[in-house]
Amino acid sequence: MLSELDKAIIRELQDGLPLVSRPFLQLAGRLGLVEDDLIEKIKQMIDQGLIRRFGAAVRHQDLGFVANAMVVWDVPDERVMEVGGIMAGFEAVSHCYRRPRQPGWPYNLFTMVHGQTREECERAAGRLAGAAGVESYRLLYSTSELKKSTMRYFE
Amino acid sequence: MLDNTDRRLLNLIQADFPLTPEPYRLLAESLGLSEEEVLDRIGRMCEEGVIRRLGGIFDSRQMGYSGTLCAMRVEPERIGEVAGVVNAFPGVTHNYLREHDYNMWFTVIAESRARLDEILNAVRARTGLEVITLPAENVFKIRVNFDLE
Repeated sequence: MLSELDKAIIRELQDGLPLVSRPFLQLAGRLGLVEDDLIEKIKQMIDQGLIRRFGAAVRHQDLGFVANAMVVWDVPDERVMEVGGIMAGFEAVSHCYRRPRQPGWPYNLFTMVHGQTREECERAAGRLAGAAGVESYRLLYSTSELKKSTMRYFE
Repeated sequence: MLDNTDRRLLNLIQADFPLTPEPYRLLAESLGLSEEEVLDRIGRMCEEGVIRRLGGIFDSRQMGYSGTLCAMRVEPERIGEVAGVVNAFPGVTHNYLREHDYNMWFTVIAESRARLDEILNAVRARTGLEVITLPAENVFKIRVNFDLE
């Protein structure tokens, strides 16, 4: 269970780190903590997995990774754990999840593939297919971003 | 436009932001810059939107939140209206159109399973459309930093 202090720290950290010489000192002041204790708490949250990563989140479209394909795979259930592991090992894959099939939706493994062009995404998907021995897949390109925001927790 | 120094700085702060009292000074030292220049560059990239946020990237599941990927089949002429309904929920963090019969794909996060179901039922009721839910059952990889060099 998260304490009230944990939640207060999370609220502060999702506002963004201040761009001042001693950012943790400034945040610690607002939280009634000393600087070193706040830094220690953040390290603990990373160890606990509450914070997946501490640093900058970038807009990858601005950095030339303009083609982003959701590649969905229909993998036999008995192979999905193995195949997920294989695909996760590829640099071109940023995310890899197993998800349930649904009526009208036969695909149970999802990978996000990023590239400079669609051809690059297609080649990457082809390599994944070959490495994992899975033939049934589709690339779903995003044609429009309707929303992208950061979740705000405990508010 | 980003120059090479921006790219090196971005690579560092995506992966390895220093958890020390004076993080920007440490970054400056490893890049051969002044602390002020590091602060200026980060500030500029935040303003330009290259950096969406600097801080903690949280794991919603570890914090007790529930989330799922969802997909809908929306007729082209209703996309604006349906996106308005879906995007109005703060827990909807991403929404993309994709090339498929299921053309609207969004993720939603809520503080409990019950609240998640409530949001999805509200979307169904307000649009009259089906929403399929595809929650992650196994996570094999989440990498959110990009190598820029």
